[in-house]
Amino acid sequence: MNAISLNNNERIVFSSIPVLSYDQFMEQNLVLLENDSCHCISYFGFHFDGKIRLVCCIADDTQNSILVSSAVTLKDECLPSFTAHQQAFHAFEREISENMGIGYTDHPWLKPVRYPANRADRKLVIGNYPFYSIDSDELHEVGVGPVHAGVIEPGHFRFICNGEQILHLEIQLGYQHRGIESLFLEKKNLLQKVILAESIAGDTVAGHTTAFVNLWESLCNYKAGKDLQSDRTIALEIERIAVHTGDLAALSNDIAYQPGSAVFGRLRTPLINHFQLWCGNRLAKGLIRPAGTHFPYTGQLADQFLRMLESWEPDFNEMWNVFHKLPGVMGRLEKTGILSNEQVRQIGAVGITARSCNLGRDIRSSHPHDYYSQINHQSVMKRHGDVYSRAQIRREEIRQSLGYLRQLVNDLPVREPYKLLQLQPEPGSFAISLVESWRGEICHCAVTDKNGELMIYKVKDPSFHNWMALALAVRNNEISDFPVCNKSFNLSYCGHDL
Amino acid sequence: MFDHLKIIIHQGKQYIPDVTTAVVPGIFRGRPVISSEISDWKALAEICPTGAITSAPVSIDLGRCLFCGECAFLFPDRIRFTTDYKLACNVREDLIILSGEDKPVELRPEFIRKEISGLYGRSLKLRQVSAGGDNSCELELNACGNVNFDMGRFGIEFVASPRHADGIVITGPVTENMAGPLQICYDAVPEPRLIILAGTDAISGGIFDGAPALNRSFLSKYQIDLYVPGNPVHPLTFINGVLELIKKRKKND
Repeated sequence: MNAISLNNNERIVFSSIPVLSYDQFMEQNLVLLENDSCHCISYFGFHFDGKIRLVCCIADDTQNSILVSSAVTLKDECLPSFTAHQQAFHAFEREISENMGIGYTDHPWLKPVRYPANRADRKLVIGNYPFYSIDSDELHEVGVGPVHAGVIEPGHFRFICNGEQILHLEIQLGYQHRGIESLFLEKKNLLQKVILAESIAGDTVAGHTTAFVNLWESLCNYKAGKDLQSDRTIALEIERIAVHTGDLAALSNDIAYQPGSAVFGRLRTPLINHFQLWCGNRLAKGLIRPAGTHFPYTGQLADQFLRMLESWEPDFNEMWNVFHKLPGVMGRLEKTGILSNEQVRQIGAVGITARSCNLGRDIRSSHPHDYYSQINHQSVMKRHGDVYSRAQIRREEIRQSLGYLRQLVNDLPVREPYKLLQLQPEPGSFAISLVESWRGEICHCAVTDKNGELMIYKVKDPSFHNWMALALAVRNNEISDFPVCNKSFNLSYCGHDL
Repeated sequence: MFDHLKIIIHQGKQYIPDVTTAVVPGIFRGRPVISSEISDWKALAEICPTGAITSAPVSIDLGRCLFCGECAFLFPDRIRFTTDYKLACNVREDLIILSGEDKPVELRPEFIRKEISGLYGRSLKLRQVSAGGDNSCELELNACGNVNFDMGRFGIEFVASPRHADGIVITGPVTENMAGPLQICYDAVPEPRLIILAGTDAISGGIFDGAPALNRSFLSKYQIDLYVPGNPVHPLTFINGVLELIKKRKKND
């Protein structure tokens, strides 16, 4: 094994990452992925010394470590693909090809990922994408998007159907691409970078901002105090409960169950209003900052939170207990949108999607950060892989997170005085920051140049892995069940498109 | 059925009785008030991540402001974000808050199109287009229709098709990849049609202003009927802005 092993949020010298020949690089990472406890958290290419450097990061969940290796290649090179052997690499290799202009000899489907502004081939335009089609008199196609029926983000779904039954779904994204990764390098002011992190996905502000600040602090050799760690963990868990509750409302809405939609929907309000009490923004923008905070979590906030839960929890339980016993609800959720354990392993799914198929991907237990190392988190797992499993995970994670939050707010650490330090990253460094957001694993990673400026900043939202899960889950379902399948994953468009 | 009745009784009334006078809980960064005594405006302008602060006279452009509040942390006795959530207006310049001023942001009736009150005063259907929005404004626009804010009571709703809509609500800085679909969606709305920009990203591009992945040419082609600032927009900001738009100019005015 010729890879460097590091921990979540550990800074290493970039030149200490072994550079292998491409063949060796490929073989080593493919062998690693044969082990069930390993999965690829990031694989990317960037321009370095006039060539292209490929960096592959594999997380080992049982060893709590991340194995990083690299190789050098050139633009217009045509390489054998990892994907031909391990499908989990498919999106990463498509991204490398799209951004760097590298070709692959045996990649099964080198479909564009997001048509970024800095793509290698400017001639390719998102509006001209040739969707997969089947020449048949019996089958028909249904095109949906990019503008959808609801107030949601844009993406195009192209179904091939046999009557009401979906045979195939192809998803094309990229409409939301704003160039976040390039802007991280261009915006020199630290506050601008934090605001960029807050804007990656507005439904995961705490998740992405925590990933950024943890990464930034690692690059600067700064260790956040217990108080900041506690704040960030509280924010992540409130975000998890709020979005999960909102998702149960949206699932109810998609099966036309009005009481669930109204009650779960209104139960989300006091949770996000708690963010407003805390930091003046319902979605926690402005809350998390590197090496300090404007908004320490106080005992007064803790009291308000616990008081709110006194009525919130009985209301939630009452609604859930009716919801999951109704035949009309269960008939729509059970055995709908099924994924198998084998499928989620193959595509490298993470988060709720993986856990609904008994695949234990959870950064809170495998690579704990902030307060999670003291919580001894046990992931909520389900086996059936259907929409109901994903709903149940939400319900049980809400219960679990409320427990963590009670523990955290009842035992707030002593605060240290902060005045938002302006830190400078160490030159020639590399670090990875993993965070388990409500949706799943977020991975940010960065390399700094000899002046300590960012040379590459990579963001990976869990949706990057999981969109393929949706495409597989809807096969052989009725097209009328597509909305409820889609909502059960609740994937991010902007987090994917960046 | 009895279980559902129990839930209805336990939930009681959840709606905000009067959305025009409701008070937002806790801290909220709404309309700023700037003291006219600021001398070190340079430090102030430098800290602003989007260049929303300018000098002579010192002002904050709410169309560029991301409401991060960093300026108020730097000069706590000179800049104060009030909890006034009524931030929407129909003239772009009115979003610029000058130092020494403490007056509400309002729509100017003379610039509201004549036909709006007559046609849409009691029913306004909107098609939302997210064009690079980060899903925060989208979540808040959805929240406008939930049982708490209940925008539907005023006849204001989001609809599934542009064919059923009276106007579009744009969120996000308008990406190159969404520029085409946005135009198609707008063209599909029957005339007369409104354009509402929701959120700082839509109004000015926000933190993404000038990024090569954007194409904001659509916005310079048409009259904008309503600017609703925020990062994201608060549901009360949106609802009050739209209510003013459809009610403020009387039918035969």
